[in-house]
Order: sequence, then C-alpha cells, then structure tokens
Amino acid sequence: MSEELHDIRMVVNGAPVAARAPARRLLSDFLRHDLELTGTHVGCEHGVCGACTVLIDGEPARSCLTFAVTVQDRDITTIEGLAAEDGTLHPVQQAFKDTHALQCGFCTPGFVLSVCGFLAEHPDPDDDEILEGISGNLCRCTGYQNIRRAVAQAAGDLRATGIPACGRAAGQGGPE
Amino acid sequence: MKPPAFRYHAPRTVGEALDTLAEVGGDGKVLAGGQSLIPVMNMRLASPGHLVDIGGVEGLDEVVVTADGVRVGAMVRHRTLERHEEAHRRNPLLRQALSHVAHPVIRNRGTTVGSIAHADPAGEMPAVLAVLGGHVTVASVRGTRDVDAADFFQGPLQSSAAPDELVTGVSFPHPGARGGTAFEELARRHGDYAIAGVAVVVILDEDGRTASARAAFTGVGDVPIVVDLTDACVGAVPDDGIGSPDAVELARGAIAPESDIHATAAYRRHLAGVLLGRGLAAAGRRAVAGAEGGTRP
Repeated sequence: MSEELHDIRMVVNGAPVAARAPARRLLSDFLRHDLELTGTHVGCEHGVCGACTVLIDGEPARSCLTFAVTVQDRDITTIEGLAAEDGTLHPVQQAFKDTHALQCGFCTPGFVLSVCGFLAEHPDPDDDEILEGISGNLCRCTGYQNIRRAVAQAAGDLRATGIPACGRAAGQGGPE
Repeated sequence: MKPPAFRYHAPRTVGEALDTLAEVGGDGKVLAGGQSLIPVMNMRLASPGHLVDIGGVEGLDEVVVTADGVRVGAMVRHRTLERHEEAHRRNPLLRQALSHVAHPVIRNRGTTVGSIAHADPAGEMPAVLAVLGGHVTVASVRGTRDVDAADFFQGPLQSSAAPDELVTGVSFPHPGARGGTAFEELARRHGDYAIAGVAVVVILDEDGRTASARAAFTGVGDVPIVVDLTDACVGAVPDDGIGSPDAVELARGAIAPESDIHATAAYRRHLAGVLLGRGLAAAGRRAVAGAEGGTRP
C-alpha cells in the first residue's frame, strides 16, 4: 500500500516549517528526519525515558507519543530554540552546565525542556516539587543530584533575570 | 519502534466522528491524547487500519461542574482537570488520584476519558469513576447511551463500548458535603504502574459517625474492584476504628490479585489491605474536616 502523505505545517522555535509526511510520522521523527533538528533525542520510543520531550504550545510533551499530523499549526519548542542567536545559553542550559548536571548528555535535551515547562508553572519550587518535576525523565549516567541542583539554580536565575522559562535566551547584545 | 501505517481521519464535529467510526468499524480506533494508544502502536501491539483523531472535534474539551457531579469531555487533558479549582473543591478525589497518573508531562497530553475508555485495570481513573458510581456517555450513529461504571468495565482493556461508539464524556458524582475521599497507591517508582492502589469514599451521618464506606481497587483484578465496606464501618468514629480489621478482611476477600515479576498475589493482597487502612483513615479525617466546614486538603 502506498502511504498517503499529509502536508504538515507547524511553528518550530519561532519559524514556520512545512513538510510532507505520512500520518504515522511521530513528532520526534518529524523533527529529526524531516526538519533535520537532531537535538531532540529518541530513547525508548514508548514514553518512558523522556529524552524526546519538547514543548507543545509551551507545555512539555513526549514527541515520541505524538503524531506530527496531530500538532498541525501548533507552536513547538525544541532544544535548538532555547539559546540566543549569539550562542548565549538559556538559564536552564547554563545551570545544567554550571552544576555538571550532565555526563554523556543524551538525556539532557529532554530534561532541559521538562525543566523549562516545570519552572514556568513553579517559579519557586521546593525540593519535593523539583523531584516530582524531573520524575518523568531518566538519566542513566546517574546524575540526578546535580540535576536537582541545576533546577534550583535555574529557578533563581530565571526569577532574577526575568527571562521566560519557555522562551529563547537573550543575547549579549540585547534585543535584536 | 515505529508505528504501523494507518489512514488518518480528522473530523471537526461529533457527527463526523461517528460517521467515520461507523464506516471503519472494528478496524478503527479513536485517538485522543495518545499516551496509551501510541506506545502500543510503537511496539506494534496494536495496528488499527484507521485512526479517528478527535483532537479537533468541537465541544469535547469542557469540564462542567453541576450540583450533582463533574462532567468531563473526551478531550479534557488530565492536567486540565487536575488544575480545575471548582472541580477540586466539589470533588477532591479527582486531583488526589490524578497526581498518581503517570508523570506531569504525560498528563499534559493524556485525557481522563481516554484513560477510562482504555479500561486498564491498573489505571487510577477507572477506579475513581467506579467508587463514585459514575457513568460513561457513549455515542454512535445509532444513538447515545449512558453506561454505569459497573457495566462499562468488562475486563483488562475491555469495555462495553462497541467499536463504532465514541466515549464522549464521563460524569463523576460528587462525594457530597459529608463525604471524604482518598487515593492511595504503591508504585515501585512514582508515576509507574502501581502494584496496587485504592480509591476510598467515606460518608458521615449527621452525628459525625460513619454512615457508609466504599473502596475501588486498582491492579488487583481484571477490572476496578468495588467493595462496599459499610457493614464493617457503619457507626465507627472516623478518626480511629474506621480502618478496622473487619473492613480490611472484607476487602482482601473481594479482590483477585495475580502474581507477576513485580509482586506475588499474596503480597498484593496484603498491600491492598494496608493501603485501604490508610485510605479509610485519610478519607475519614477529610470527611470530618469537610463536615465541620473546614477546607478539605
């Protein structure tokens, strides 16, 4: 059977994109294969590991449990959409770097997007809330303690700078 | 780990969705949040020929709180219901149970009605619907009918909805002003499938003693198992003797746990009783606080 293709349009990291793909194309594969945005990682492909987490309309979701055709015209944020154009890291990314919250880095894009969504809802989380906030993501290098520290630091930095938890970081040169 | 090919349908109205379901029959599945369906498709445990995506169907994304209960439309995400303050105020069991449903990221996409239509005996929301004596509304081109929770859940992942029927919503009755509720479960990791869990409703009489008590268990049978504990609890003061050995004994006799790699049947039976004791105590405390006009935690 020749598979029917759908015109799929969405806004990814602020830019409109379009590609033709079958209905069964997962959002994770749409981002990686059709749009060549390979920062979104694919681990378990059944929703357990959290590596593929992206933001759909600002809320974290598993891109491996979402068909691309079902998020027609939605606003998607991937790990590529967080740092400023000049490379300045988003406060959540900077906090992961500062606290050594990654080792191999495979799980990191999913953690960062989960944390962005979590901090948008909980700007001043306590330790239990942080633990609950990252409970849907697995790290097999066992870096959880430093990830908890990264979330706490990022929360403080976001509050201090006023940078939106789910938006792009400001560059050094200020607004373009 | 890629899902098999299917024909995609994106109806805009309930009528269009029902027409499509009537056409595709047993070869079709309804796609709502996808958080249960897509994993089994990725693993090729299911390969429906047609998916009917109800994400764009008008009128299915409402939470309506009435004098009698909370009515939840088929596209209401778990997180939307969890955050709904009025629903929580009238029916705290919803949020108590929803906090145990997978992880927040999954709850952002998954729907409460989808969980119920999926009829997983380990799921939290089927037990909540069952313990409250709620009902499911199903529609097809043949008409619309309400099905009591007791008749809806038929077996593991089996409901009484026909392949051409769409579950358009569910109704959770309020526990009432003299009611208290609790949801207790034990999972190896928070957010995983629970080894066992229980939803509890305790209703007090005018003197503040237990008038009735009901529990619905998850993970210890083919469907959510509802146990009426009134005989064992009636007249008990809700802050001490309510979780009596009689109630626990009654419940342990009613459930039908099985062994698997995570726990033996005997352990699950023991655990269900322990969780029930905690649930009855918590629900009793909340019933007292509610009856005294305090805020319910």
